[in-house]
Amino acid sequence: MSGEVRVVVAVVLQTVVVVVAAPFLVGVLRQVRARWEGRVGQGLLQPWRDLVKLARKEPLQANGSTVVAWVAPVVVLGSGLLLAALVPTVTTAGPARLPADLFVVVSVLLVGTVALGLLGLDAGSAFGGMGSSRHLTIAALVEPTVLLAVYALSVPVGSTALGPIVEGRLADPGRVVAPAGVLAVVALAIAVVAETARIPVDNPSTHLELTMVHEAMVLESSGRDLAAVELGSWLRLSVLLALVANLVVPWGVATAGDGPGLPALAVGVVAVVVKTAVSGVLLATAEVFMAKLRLFRVPELLTGSFVLAFLAVTGSYVIG
Amino acid sequence: MSATPTGPLLPQPVMTRPTTRATLRADVAALLADGHRMLMVVAENAPGAVRLGYVLARPAGGPDHGAQESRVELTLEVSTDDAWVPTIADQSYPGGRFEREIRDLFGVEPRDHPLPRRLVRHAHWPRAWHPLLGERSAQTDVVPDFGEDLSAFPFLEVGGDGVYEIPVGPVHAGLIEPGHFRFSVVGETIVRMKARLWYLHRGVERLFEGRTPDDGVVLAERISGDTAVGHTLAYALACEEALGLVVPPRDRLVRALLLELERMHNHAADLGMILNDVAFGLANVHLQRVRENLLRLNDSVTGHRLLRGGVRVGGADVVALPDAGLVRAAAADVADVVRLALEHPMVLDRLVGTAVLGREDAVRMGVLGYVARASGVDVDARRDHPFVDPAVLPGGAPDAVVDAEGDVLARFTVRAREVEASARFVVAATEVLAGGGPGASAGPRPAAPQRVTRGLGVVEAWRGLLCHRVTVGADGRLVRVKVVDPSFMNWPALPVALADTIVPDFPLANKSFNQSYAGNDL
Repeated sequence: MSGEVRVVVAVVLQTVVVVVAAPFLVGVLRQVRARWEGRVGQGLLQPWRDLVKLARKEPLQANGSTVVAWVAPVVVLGSGLLLAALVPTVTTAGPARLPADLFVVVSVLLVGTVALGLLGLDAGSAFGGMGSSRHLTIAALVEPTVLLAVYALSVPVGSTALGPIVEGRLADPGRVVAPAGVLAVVALAIAVVAETARIPVDNPSTHLELTMVHEAMVLESSGRDLAAVELGSWLRLSVLLALVANLVVPWGVATAGDGPGLPALAVGVVAVVVKTAVSGVLLATAEVFMAKLRLFRVPELLTGSFVLAFLAVTGSYVIG
Repeated sequence: MSATPTGPLLPQPVMTRPTTRATLRADVAALLADGHRMLMVVAENAPGAVRLGYVLARPAGGPDHGAQESRVELTLEVSTDDAWVPTIADQSYPGGRFEREIRDLFGVEPRDHPLPRRLVRHAHWPRAWHPLLGERSAQTDVVPDFGEDLSAFPFLEVGGDGVYEIPVGPVHAGLIEPGHFRFSVVGETIVRMKARLWYLHRGVERLFEGRTPDDGVVLAERISGDTAVGHTLAYALACEEALGLVVPPRDRLVRALLLELERMHNHAADLGMILNDVAFGLANVHLQRVRENLLRLNDSVTGHRLLRGGVRVGGADVVALPDAGLVRAAAADVADVVRLALEHPMVLDRLVGTAVLGREDAVRMGVLGYVARASGVDVDARRDHPFVDPAVLPGGAPDAVVDAEGDVLARFTVRAREVEASARFVVAATEVLAGGGPGASAGPRPAAPQRVTRGLGVVEAWRGLLCHRVTVGADGRLVRVKVVDPSFMNWPALPVALADTIVPDFPLANKSFNQSYAGNDL
């Protein structure tokens, strides 16, 4: 196989792995919470069963909804799939003509965020609008942090592409514990929690419409549309969590070289599944012992993470 | 009315004083000035007329008064052809609400009422249909054809830049009873909230009519499922006064014990749900576990998990006394979880300063129960209107816990401390009862009075002061039962507490009040 073909194979494999694994990750998060609370739990397969069930159902749309109601779920799912292809989870290799650049990744994230926000507004219900307003407020605070944190990580590598950043940490493990790197990863982790609507920013398991952020936006979606939105959101969660895991523990990821071979890819798949599962368990455990912040305190948390990211950028120039 | 009692006759009988339209306002004002509180305004069908009773009561042992409590009913008959009364809404806020209720159910117009909007009545009811007016008959039992709800419920629209409305309910996510809430919001801050209730109006009061007092118990237990003991006890006390029954001291103590068991299981569950609303699910599952243990304990005590079957007219029955060890363990678990929750800075931050109900508002609106006590208003019917001889009570009545802050945290901690007080009482009462306890001899049941008699039952149920007014006809059957759940008094305080609260904190504020829909709507 030529290098080019190998890279394409690697990227396709990476995307497939993320898509298959994302519902399982959600299952892990729910199951861990259930066990901490002394419940039996629904099992790891339940999110997949839900997806299959929803995908078989015809979507119903509220009166007065527009083309946005059709398009937004596709865009949300599409941006999730694109993220899965671009962000180094299984492999750091990426097609040369498709830049997995920092700005591209953040933009793809934002496209999904905005599509979800518009979907919440489309049906014109009060809950959806409320969710969208909160969601976009949070997004406006989160995106700069993501941008800045990844930028801080890119300084020592001299490249804003995520692949080389992860490879750089693999080549020089000292960077993993460098102060600037730690600050940047912490800032990124907080941003990921907010971006993916987890406690303490949002409560994914609440039934209280007035407190919802993410759930309020998808209240009007059903059937295939809901399946697309849910899978898209889960992809974002999985990819971002896997990225943080790869930044903290870069070992095992299949590096680019001139296109990774199948053994390296196999190791990469196992490594990323284990790393993400472990970070999922840690995330769910941390959530169990946390409460949800008052909505007006969320900006304080996110400002804090922005300051960390800013310090990381400064630090990476001053102390490397 | 019997002769003046020697020593404390518990509970106190109601003194009936006729009044007229001309003297009503002055009489009410005099009683209110004399330390009485408005318990209820009850309407009752009389031939060609509606008999109104304004029931007020003064607590026992207040600092300004002797140890004797006082219960007074001002009575007034208005002809159905000329059905109006002068309003007392400006003198008593709850009084004004009772007037609106009576206007909707009996058609008696409160003249010059400052807020004459409909209360119970929904817009789809036929015009001029007053469901409780007239003796119960096959005709009054027919539900009329409801039209469509054409008139929009008039909410005060808040104008201005960026103000928008959020309608919520009446169908909610989760297992919640129906109620419609309309929020006017700027950004996330609630400017005004209006609650629309009475979706659960089932005509419970009408269903009592024609039953014998003993048959009414089954219905009283089901007025509001979580307050089976509170409602049944108030009902039984009212029937006993009407029928002249004397309850043996042992049965009174058993009733007090059941009342505290009911308080414990409800408080444990609600404390958990308050924590669940701030996404602290771990604490919730533990408190629901405690609740389940308490429900199983209840099952062993009366044979029903919600304590049905314990209280009857003339006495109380238990299958077995509660296991003191289990009660202690439950209280210790609750205290443990509450301590852990309050040591959690994120949880604490959500509860502190959220949805504050000021003391003045609480007093003005006649708020009851833990909502009042959390706002610094010391009302507790266990002390104010006792039905157990204090000499029999181990360690006196359970302490009323008072906090002054009026926020969600105050309501949370008041209830947490009430669980401890209730557990201490249950354990002490169990010991007394197990050691023989006070006398259980009921004596012969007196003959039925053979005339129309009335009685009032006042109880500190877990949500607060709850009262029933019962009228028994000459044939020994119920003519009228008026039920006042504390929720009727407390619901209007919720919008007041919400001023300047943010929308995502509403479920938390609502849960910290946790008023009954069924008990309010009847």
